[in-house]
Amino acid sequence: MSAALSVRGLVKEYVPGRPVLRGIDLDFAARGITAVIGPSGTGKSTFIRCINRLVEPTAGEVIFEDRDLVKLSRAELRSARRRIGMVFQEYNLVERLSVMENLLCGRLGYVAPLKAWLRRYPARDIARAFELLDIVGLGEFAQARADSLSGGQRQRVGIARAVMQEPKLLLADEPTSSLDPKTSVEIMGLMQTLAQAHGFPVIINIHNVELARRFAERIVGMTGGRVVYDGPAARITEAHLKEIYGGEDWLE
Amino acid sequence: MSDALEREWRRFTPAERIGRFVVYFCVVAAIVASLRSVEVIPEFLYDAPEQIGDMLGRMWPVAWRHYPEGVHGPLMDSLHIATLGTVLAVLMAVPVAFLAARNVTPYAWLNYAAKLILVAARSVNTLIWALFFVAVLGPGALAGTLAIAFHSIGFTGKLLGEALEESNRGTIEALEASGAPWLSIALKGYWPQLRPAFWAIVLFRWDINVRESAVLGLVGAGGVGMALDTALNLFQWDRAAMILVAILAVVVAAEVATTQLRKRII
Amino acid sequence: MARTGSSRSAFPPDWWARGAWIVLLAYLLYACAQLELTPARFAAGLEHGAKFLARLFPPDFKRWELLVKGMVESLQMAIVASALGTLLSLPLALLAARNLMPVWASWPARAVMVVCRSFHPVIVAILFVKAVGFGALAGILALTVASVGFLGKLMTEAIEEISLKQVEAVRATGAPFASVVSYAVVPQVFSRFVGFVSYETDANLRNSTMVGIVGAGGIGGTLFAAFQRFDYDFVCAIVLTIIALIMAGEVLTVQVKKVFKA
Repeated sequence: MSAALSVRGLVKEYVPGRPVLRGIDLDFAARGITAVIGPSGTGKSTFIRCINRLVEPTAGEVIFEDRDLVKLSRAELRSARRRIGMVFQEYNLVERLSVMENLLCGRLGYVAPLKAWLRRYPARDIARAFELLDIVGLGEFAQARADSLSGGQRQRVGIARAVMQEPKLLLADEPTSSLDPKTSVEIMGLMQTLAQAHGFPVIINIHNVELARRFAERIVGMTGGRVVYDGPAARITEAHLKEIYGGEDWLE
Repeated sequence: MSDALEREWRRFTPAERIGRFVVYFCVVAAIVASLRSVEVIPEFLYDAPEQIGDMLGRMWPVAWRHYPEGVHGPLMDSLHIATLGTVLAVLMAVPVAFLAARNVTPYAWLNYAAKLILVAARSVNTLIWALFFVAVLGPGALAGTLAIAFHSIGFTGKLLGEALEESNRGTIEALEASGAPWLSIALKGYWPQLRPAFWAIVLFRWDINVRESAVLGLVGAGGVGMALDTALNLFQWDRAAMILVAILAVVVAAEVATTQLRKRII
Repeated sequence: MARTGSSRSAFPPDWWARGAWIVLLAYLLYACAQLELTPARFAAGLEHGAKFLARLFPPDFKRWELLVKGMVESLQMAIVASALGTLLSLPLALLAARNLMPVWASWPARAVMVVCRSFHPVIVAILFVKAVGFGALAGILALTVASVGFLGKLMTEAIEEISLKQVEAVRATGAPFASVVSYAVVPQVFSRFVGFVSYETDANLRNSTMVGIVGAGGIGGTLFAAFQRFDYDFVCAIVLTIIALIMAGEVLTVQVKKVFKA
């Protein structure tokens, strides 16, 4: 069982000489949910964004589908990104477009620009969009404008949009940080259901340790730009958490 | 040792005060320098009320009957020039605006080049553009339309570029992360966010262009300005008055129309 | 055609929007026909344009004294007109503010401003040339009229947007009207006014370069004469100078606004 994603020696310095990521080595299997936890500013978001190069890594390799993403040209990168879905903390929908249009934005990597503009998506895509809408519980909202929805509803649209890409990997950057506790649980559950149904791994950057423990099989704990815990979610202890969240890593 | 009891409240920091003072000083100096060199010939000034009275007297009664054959056609031409010119300007301005917006085009030299084009376009008055196009293409409506178009790119492009720079960054990031090609990002990410500002800018520009198009005829670029020019050259003040009234009516109507349209579209 | 199993359509058509686009397109074609704008003429025009550009360059600065004289005159006209326009707009805008003034004061004031801005500065310049003769005075008066119209409107809108609570508070202290204005109205609108005056000075600078075409002073007259003499190299020099001046004006405007917002 080869890894779906391999990260080797990932380093990121926003300011030269002060690395935010100090060499990350991780492998991610083709199934399962991994939660990345750690204090604010430790580089969790940077790590997630380095995977699909929304942030350019300073050094290291990100191997996905047998290719090092860091070395790809812009055109090849676009092609690779089609198979990596991403869910954002602020949902990042196109507010003025309808829910249906937002969903189909997930297919923009596969459909020619002019066809997309004229809304001539393949029938198969449109059928899938309706299916997904029903699965995420927004069947009645196909024509509603995205900015008329609640936060939880918008995140469902965000997740559905990512799944529309038929991804081989799903990244989630603090998907529940803007949501209330009940909705957060629903959203995490939705991602879990879809990941199991469609068979792609999920990497979630998350603050809430309880949610991480409840929904993820594996937890990666980061602090000071390094991985300090990497193991099953069931086996993370208070001592580990103290090491991740407590401690004077600003002295380093 | 700071004496808390004696702290004065000053509205501006010393640096700010100097800055404000410098500006005030320069403004006053500029005004004084300018006033001193303006030539005011006293005789003309004393004459002025009489001249104005004479002019107004000749304008009344307004030559209403002149309207159908002499004014209506050219007036409609001016409207067409204004509208076509605005449409052409918008078509040209949109790509330049995309180039000028820092968040859309991350290459600084392209931003500067685009902004330079826009500044140059709007620094040259519509009337001056009209002189230019009349020299190139000969008198007529084509010169007028192009004059309006080329001048309007300047403001339209600038305002559109500023509106683009206010786009939500996250929305665009999501589309980039999904592997969408640049054109799709522009059409599905930037354009929906730009739309309300776009129509406001277009309507605003059209309103101004209706005013501008009326005078283009003075230099031969078509429209009702040519009728005005003829009337003035022949000292037919009553006809000139008719034309001015007609222009006023169209300008007011255009302002009302834009206010109404703005409510519907935005 | 796809059958999705349900009768939901992905993109219900917006008939109003489509209708509006069709009407717009039809009008544009009609307008082109009315003005006799054909693709053929357009193409011919582009060809002429290319040849013409060659005649424009290189720009000829031989007669730079004339150029400088005209530009300086335009600059002075713009400055005086802006100053005069601001001076006249301030009381007028105050009178026109419906939240501070009774109807019998605000309506006439607003009417004056509307008339001032309805006519193109060039038309107003023609009338002033008739009244006070050729030269910079006519231009200054024309630009002032335009300034009063636009500045007045902008200032009135700013005044009408102020928070009346501050006005009430100062009034409640028993202050006279002038104090109410300077302590409650002015602080709220001052930095916006600076922005407006800068914008209008910029606009006057642009307009001052063209009123000369009808004899109202400034570089416009020099430019018009050059066109009529087919002296296109000089035309190019003048236009480049105008562009440079206005760019400088815009930069200056940004700096001034910074000083007063700071």
